[in-house]
Amino acid sequence: MFYRAHVLIEMTSNSIHLGASQVKERLEREIAQAGLSNEVKVLETGPLGRGVPSPFLMIYPDNIMYAPVTVSEVREIVSEHLLKGRPVERLIVSETAPALKEGYFRPSPLAKEKRVVLRNSGLIDPGSIEDYIAQDGYQALGKVLSMSRQEAINIVKDSGLVGRGGAGFPTGLKLEFTMKAPGEEKYVVCNADEGEQGTFKDRLILEGDPHSIVEAMAICGYAVGAGEGYIYIRAEYPESIRAVEKAIESATDTGLLGDGILGADFSFQVKIRQGAGAYICGEETSLLESIEGKRGEPRIKPPYPPQAGLWGKPTAINNVETLANIPPIILNGADWYKSIGTPTCPGTKVFTLTGNVNMLGLIEVPMGITLRELLYDVGGGIRGGRQMKVVQTGGPSGGTMTPDMLDVPMAFDTLAQFNSALGSGALTVVDDTHCIVDVVKNFCEFFLHESCGKCTPCRIGNKRIVEILDRMQRGRGRPGDLDLLRILGENMKTTSFCGLGQAAPNPLMKCLDYFQEEFEKHVTEHLCDCQVCEMKPKRKEVGV
Amino acid sequence: MEAVKGENLVFSEVDEILEKYQNERTPLLAVLQDVSRKWGYLPRDVMGYVAKKLDVPSAQVWGAATFYSFFETEPVGQYMVRVCKSAPCHVLGAVNVLGTLQRELGIQVGDTSRDGKFTLQATSCLGVCGVAPAMMVNDITYGNLTEERIREVLALYE
Repeated sequence: MFYRAHVLIEMTSNSIHLGASQVKERLEREIAQAGLSNEVKVLETGPLGRGVPSPFLMIYPDNIMYAPVTVSEVREIVSEHLLKGRPVERLIVSETAPALKEGYFRPSPLAKEKRVVLRNSGLIDPGSIEDYIAQDGYQALGKVLSMSRQEAINIVKDSGLVGRGGAGFPTGLKLEFTMKAPGEEKYVVCNADEGEQGTFKDRLILEGDPHSIVEAMAICGYAVGAGEGYIYIRAEYPESIRAVEKAIESATDTGLLGDGILGADFSFQVKIRQGAGAYICGEETSLLESIEGKRGEPRIKPPYPPQAGLWGKPTAINNVETLANIPPIILNGADWYKSIGTPTCPGTKVFTLTGNVNMLGLIEVPMGITLRELLYDVGGGIRGGRQMKVVQTGGPSGGTMTPDMLDVPMAFDTLAQFNSALGSGALTVVDDTHCIVDVVKNFCEFFLHESCGKCTPCRIGNKRIVEILDRMQRGRGRPGDLDLLRILGENMKTTSFCGLGQAAPNPLMKCLDYFQEEFEKHVTEHLCDCQVCEMKPKRKEVGV
Repeated sequence: MEAVKGENLVFSEVDEILEKYQNERTPLLAVLQDVSRKWGYLPRDVMGYVAKKLDVPSAQVWGAATFYSFFETEPVGQYMVRVCKSAPCHVLGAVNVLGTLQRELGIQVGDTSRDGKFTLQATSCLGVCGVAPAMMVNDITYGNLTEERIREVLALYE
């Protein structure tokens, strides 16, 4: 039997406690009374993730969610929506279906959300190319194929799209440089080595909408004149690898990859390369080295990849989120894109909320949102009603935001003015129960582990920083340690070979300034107010 | 896991892997990944054989093998347990996760249990911070870890 509509009701221990069984009972009765029993099917489903009020009703194929639903509202939903086809606006949470994924949430005030990159995530079956095509998928590729390369690049250039991996370089320029670079053989590379702590946006894009990346790579391939694209996915993401493998396969079978795509004189194929657990490979030249089968050590720049990249050939290398922006930009035009976000930094950004915040997950919002809105409106505040101590944006190598920066608009350019950075958009929230020395040491240990060892400032600098922080934690801090940390950090910043070493001391330096008192207390009084550090009793002679 | 003994090694299986990537320009990493998946680590003889067949210096193979944290040059346990120790997990109790695992498995980070079943490692961000703290056992990721849940997960592999 075919049903015209399916109503999913949340049946979990939590929602049953809040009356889900009664709602379901009433729902079935109302549906029967309305004579819809043969047309509407009620199904039980699991939780959607934190942030959705319980219990919720999800109505397919309309993708409309009502939450929280009480028994008294059921009749109206059935008679208005299911019978007459008029959704009850007043009770709707969102018009779009949330992804049924772990860690995915629907914040209650949804007004801020704007989906460009995640336009299909949770709405379509990622394994089905037909689903993607039904959402205007591969139309942008078709449109581009009827343009000249320069015309295609101009749209991206005019849109003001900048790289979403962290550095924020204008994407259109990157494509143009690659296109204009001499040589017949060129490559397109997608950087899916998402290693920044607290970042998982690329994973959700790859798993929720893999075709958008395949399409974007083909568009870039056409624009720069490349015949081959590589997508480098980290080994920690086996699900993403499978999703993209499947997408490439079905695109090839459908003729959207391969020779003479859509009847045009353009051939393009995409291959997957897997990472092997090295953070540094997220750095573009290290990533290229890794594809070439070498140790993932960074190359000296210039030449930049658009001049000499993969196997020494001009290469356009872009982050997953950046690429996911390209098909909608091509379809809707640069002006549409510029209408989103801030004038100097258009578009949306996917933020991932992690750490001591009530609702973990991700949300796509226009550029220019403030940290306060993200933390308190979207994230539901700090866990346990505590205070924010520090928020690290874009992982340890990104920026550090202190409570005085709650109202700064979040965009690449505005945060740079505050000596901070947007990075990959990961927000790691640390509450005031955490000792700053401990948190900073965690960041620095990360760099110590991930330093590739090629240059001395990064290899030795990180080691020394961790040693000093470690002895401070054990109550063995020495006078002058804070100055020593500053000198080390300054040297690493100015003399390291690549971005990793240059960025490594950032959280330390920022926190040294902002939390100077707390650091000093560790060194001079051997006290940790948060009682995180062990602080073995002070001995008379510290010179161990 | 199959035992790999230098002389008895069946290189034909390596040949199969090499064949799979014969049209690739620089397949070294992909080959090493497949070898690692097959034997759990990269046996030295196999690395030497791969170097010869791909015509790359064995130093490059060794260099790659020791650079990437997912490659092991010594035999490891059947199940590789990787605990995320990045900041988002750290502030939500990753320290306890590691402690619980050390206690439950009776091994320290970097060690393999005596029965050859588990190897415990700390790792960088697994990208599942939405369900922090998290860990990975071979290919599968587990989140929202508590002491109880860790025991449940481990029981799956006993």
